[in-house]
This record gives sequence, structure tokens and C-alpha cells, in this order.
Amino acid sequence: MTAITNISAKEVWKLLEKVTDPEVPVLSVIDLGIIRDVKTNREEVEVTITPTYTGCPAMDVISITIKMELLSNGFKNVTIKQVLSPAWTTDWMSEAGKQKLKEYGIAPPNTKQQVCRDELFAPDEAVQCPHCNSYHTHRISEFGSTACKALHQCDDCQEPFDYFKCH
Amino acid sequence: MNDLIDYTLHLADNALILGHRNSEWCGHGPVLEQDIAITNISLDLIGQARNFYQYAATLKADGSTEDSLAYLRDETEFKNSLLVELPKGDWAVTILRQFFFSTYQYFLYQQLQNNKDPQLAAIAAKALKEVTYHLRWSSEWVIRLGDGTEESRNRILKAIDELWPYTGELFQPGDYEKQSGITLSLLKNEWEKKVKEIFEEATLTVPETGNIQTGGKQGKHSKHLTAILAELQLLQRTHPGAEW
Repeated sequence: MTAITNISAKEVWKLLEKVTDPEVPVLSVIDLGIIRDVKTNREEVEVTITPTYTGCPAMDVISITIKMELLSNGFKNVTIKQVLSPAWTTDWMSEAGKQKLKEYGIAPPNTKQQVCRDELFAPDEAVQCPHCNSYHTHRISEFGSTACKALHQCDDCQEPFDYFKCH
Repeated sequence: MNDLIDYTLHLADNALILGHRNSEWCGHGPVLEQDIAITNISLDLIGQARNFYQYAATLKADGSTEDSLAYLRDETEFKNSLLVELPKGDWAVTILRQFFFSTYQYFLYQQLQNNKDPQLAAIAAKALKEVTYHLRWSSEWVIRLGDGTEESRNRILKAIDELWPYTGELFQPGDYEKQSGITLSLLKNEWEKKVKEIFEEATLTVPETGNIQTGGKQGKHSKHLTAILAELQLLQRTHPGAEW
């Protein structure tokens, strides 16, 4: 364990790039945009995070992983604070994160808020197939394997894929 | 302060009990995609319940935790509306109840996100995004069933008869609700307007009277809550503090 006297918040942000989402392991907590603040004071650090979805079970694991990462880097007193406001949006996801998602086979969220409205039987969003880049795709289900995803299928290459829905 | 704690628990209990009811579909949905949909909604509701219980535990400041509030309170201490504790029934009952409740939560959280209490406001603003999704999904299903086949129509007509008596309680304030800052009369108007709009599209008729069943908000529950709590609380009651 490294003994530290004063590590800057900037270096903590760097360390957090190593902490990934257990459900979508290509994304770091930085990519997700869920780190709201980092405060350091010698061996103490306080990290403020915001949940993606209210019921996302990955949040508890993420908190523990952040704590472990910082403890193993010499911090003695690590506090994880959770805030709900302002509510997280996929617009906070980094461009690098979106690129990583696509390479992983998950269509990244569209930029504009299109899903969170109450209009019924709305036409499917134009979601790009992460495999063949076609926009000729359709939605199979609004809900997917995790709270943050919906199921889509490509009409050109026929591959089904997850879409990280905009939120 | 006591009113605020009770009101927070009421919000939590509604979300927990409906979340639990919907979770009973896990592995039993009519098709895989809808099984996943209803259990995702379940997860969102249980997430809301956790946020409210955590806040209630902070307010109580007596050593309570989100777990003790969910697992160790007795039936008469639960403040959920009767509507959410009714059995899941068939798909039509589940869909219609979700639609009634999501419509209620949608308009409730719109008011609550501007509440004088910043934490209740933050929980509501966050959950509203998810509830919007639930409302859209359940509305589409009400239309699909009402304006669908003879079988689906008969089932949703039966579901209306079963559930309608329990909808009125949503708008009858519990004592702890009176200082909450929520205008229930406005909420009721918005709810009725939305239900009418979707029912019309589903070629269904809104019953005019008879939504008279109450008691849940005051801790007077049906036998159905007893059964839910027996299952939900069994492990923590038998092995206090068990974790895995």
C-alpha cells in the first residue's frame, strides 16, 4: 500500500477510470457520467455519485468497488455519498463511452431525449445497428436485460442487439 | 415531522407492495419480452421504495434502516393503498392495475418534484422518468386488450369490475397526507382525464361510481397483504439480520 500525504482530486478521477459497471464492463464510472464530485483532504476522500436508474442493482456494487479502489490506493477514509438531484441522463455519458458501447455490441443512446415522453405507439427511434451500422432496425421490446437497455433487431444483418436507451 | 415520516412510508409501501406483486410474474409472463417488461417495472418500483425507506430511516433517526422498515413492520403499520396489494390476477388485471397506478404516480410525482421537502422532490424527479415509461407501456396494453380480441376484451372488462372499487382510495387523504403539499383534487382530475382518454381509445367505458373501498392508507388491510408480508418478511423474521 502506498503511503500518501496529499493526493489531488484530479488523481482520484484518474483512479476512477478503472472502476467499471458490473453489468456493462466496458464502461467506467467516468464514461457513465455518474461521478458528480470528488473532494479530498489528505487521507480522506468523498466521492459523490448519482444512480442511473432508481432500481439499478449495480449501484451498490459500484459503490463498493469505488471504495475498494481508493482504499487500495492509500486512502484511509473513503465516503461514498449518493445524490439524486439533478437526475442522471444518458446525455452525461462520454463520447468515448458511447464508442466503447458500440464496439461491445450495444447500440449507444441517441443524444436527444426521445424515449421519455408519454406519446403512445410512437414510431421506433432510428437506432443504428452496432454490428453493420444500418439504421434499418426495429424495436422488439422496450425493456431489456437490464433497466438501462431495450431490445432491438437489425432488418439488414438480422442480428438482435441491446440498445442503451436514452433516459 | 411524524406526518412527514408517515407520508414517506406511505409512498415507500405503495412502491414496495406493487413491486412485489409484479415480481410474481418473473418466469410466468405471457411472452418473454413482457415477462421482462413487468419485472423491470418491478425493479424500478422496488428502487423507489428503497429511496423512500432510506429517507424515512434518516428522518426517524432511531436506528431504523431501509431493511427494518420493509421487513420488520407489522401489517397494521403498512400504509399502502388497497389497490396495490390485490392479487396479480391474470394479465389484464396486472396491466389495468399498473395503468391505474402509473397514471396516479405520474401526476403525483409531477407535483412532488416541486415539493418543499428537497429529498422527496429529488426522489420524485428521478422516478418520474421511469414512471413515464411505465405509463406509456401500460396505456398501450390497455388499448391493445380493450380494442383487441373478444377474449382480451372480456378479460379487461372483468378486470375493471374487480379493480375499480379500489381506485377512489388513491385520492382520499390519510391524516399524514394533509400537510404533504400535494393537491389531491388536482391529482384526481388529471388521473380521471387520462383514464378517460385511454379508455376511449381502448373502446372501454369508465365506471361512474362505486370506487369506495378504503382502509389501506390507515393500516386496515385486506387478507392479501398478510399473505404478501408472510412471504416477503419470512427470512428476516426467521433469521434476523441474515445477509448474502
